[in-house]
Amino acid sequence: MSVAEVEITRKAVERGARGEQVRELAFRAALLFSVGFGFIALAVLLVDVTIDGASLISYDFLTKFPSVIFPERSGISSALQGTLYLMVLTAVFIVPVGVATAVYLEEYADRERWWNRLIEVNIQNLAAVPSIVYGILGLAFIVRQPLSLGPVVLAGALTLGLLVLPVVIVVSREAIRAVPSSIREGSMALGATHWQTIWKQTLPGALPGIATGVILALSRAIGETAPLILVGAVAFVPFNPDPNPATGQYSAIPTIILSSVSNSDPEIQALASGAIIVLMAILLVMNAGAVYLRNRYEQKW
Amino acid sequence: MADRVTQEPENREAAEAATGSGGAPAMTGDAEIQAQKLEAKGQKPAGKRDAIFDLEDVGVAYGGTPAVREVNFPVYEHEITALIGPSGCGKSTLIRCLNRMNDLIPAATVTGKVNYHGQDLYGDDIDSVQVRKRIGMVFQKPNPFPKSIYDNIAFGPRVLGQKGDMDEIVERALRRGALWDEVKDRLKTNAFGMSGGQQQRLCIARALATDPDVLLMDEPCSALDPISTGRIEDLMIELRESYSIVIVTHNMQQAARVSNMTAFFTVELDADEKHRTGRVVEYDDTEKVFTNPSDERTEAYVTGKVG
Repeated sequence: MSVAEVEITRKAVERGARGEQVRELAFRAALLFSVGFGFIALAVLLVDVTIDGASLISYDFLTKFPSVIFPERSGISSALQGTLYLMVLTAVFIVPVGVATAVYLEEYADRERWWNRLIEVNIQNLAAVPSIVYGILGLAFIVRQPLSLGPVVLAGALTLGLLVLPVVIVVSREAIRAVPSSIREGSMALGATHWQTIWKQTLPGALPGIATGVILALSRAIGETAPLILVGAVAFVPFNPDPNPATGQYSAIPTIILSSVSNSDPEIQALASGAIIVLMAILLVMNAGAVYLRNRYEQKW
Repeated sequence: MADRVTQEPENREAAEAATGSGGAPAMTGDAEIQAQKLEAKGQKPAGKRDAIFDLEDVGVAYGGTPAVREVNFPVYEHEITALIGPSGCGKSTLIRCLNRMNDLIPAATVTGKVNYHGQDLYGDDIDSVQVRKRIGMVFQKPNPFPKSIYDNIAFGPRVLGQKGDMDEIVERALRRGALWDEVKDRLKTNAFGMSGGQQQRLCIARALATDPDVLLMDEPCSALDPISTGRIEDLMIELRESYSIVIVTHNMQQAARVSNMTAFFTVELDADEKHRTGRVVEYDDTEKVFTNPSDERTEAYVTGKVG
């Protein structure tokens, strides 16, 4: 190879490399901009809320009842307890129903049958139905006839449960499907019944995924406002929810946020910031829990 | 040797009566005895052999497309029967008929008769779960459960509701699986931490823990190195004393080393050249199949000319 040839080759290589580098940089910049857009918006929101509401956060804020007459002494006790109660009841409802549905669809349903395909399509569509529609459903069928529960915390939990049930089913199915068929075969080959195999191998293997999905579903439910308003969650309730989920009025954090923000009194409006901080804190804890569960217990097959 | 063989069935029955106490094979690492055993292969008089399986015109189809058909041969008790042949010839499909694992594939249909001790496994009054209790299986890829070594072994006896000291059951199964000495100090650790060869011996021990009659092995060494493979082959020869073994293997030396009887499968194209179906070409004593096969296709395969 002559000196000239080497020179030409080197130049070609250099030019090509520089062109690639520019494109690479431009691409990375575009990606960073996209990430930054979402991140900065969220950060601004959080900082703004914290500045407005941080001074409100105190033990009293969490344990006193909301008051329109004395907003400076107001707390969100009834809403906080209402939200926690809602979450517990929703979880009690969605875990067995959602997991059982997922087990049926993954382990028993024959996809050749039209009704099983119908159920699947239905569940996928239900996940996309706007939450206000679930609110109307809850109002029409749960609060009023035929269940006639009235505007109680149980009605709210059932409505939120219906809302997030498709999420739980889809996530649980994914988790069940992720358990390799070699585990099922190994279990069946030892003489275990189908049910024993599901109960002792498939579900334990899928549990971390299911638990993560349930937490994420609940963290979606916790922020839902529209359906709760329709099924009777009230904003300024001066008492904690009745231990019996089928009696008495209740409140929830999203409804108190909505109600305070739309109030003309700036002191009441400030309540919203405090309530948002509490709601975000609960969400953060739940999502952190989901991440922990996934990292700690997820099965590498 | 002959005495030992004829006595085995009684030992088995006694072992079953005592819900699984005893019945462990003699554990010998002794090369001389090993060699004697190998020598004894195929020397049993034909009259003394009891068929544990008798396949009559067995065929399996997936969604109407036949994968293997017209399989006819007996499987003898306390022998190792090897199924060999090129990929796609239906060996694995066939072995999965012997404990009704094909039931797990909805599209699979089985025709013909799979007689087990004279009873058709695909008969109307047969419960596939009961079948699998009697006929254990080891798979191509080791598939330990994501549990401790102890719980892997104890799973079978527990779901079958076996009574007795679980620690004892686990120890006996691990000893039969030639794994006890390696794992006795870490029974509570996760089975995923074992080597591939250990995992496969764990799967064998797991299958033995429920005291089956027959052990089906679907290419049990295909994912293992030669040393682990050698261990498992030694183990199979030991286990032959107490169990009947059917093994699918791609490794012809393995079939020649361990098996008493060999069935050679081949793939045939349909008349329209669309579907490939497995058929049995030859079934005979292993020695004959490998040294003096009666079909030229068998000869071409075992001598390495094709496949």
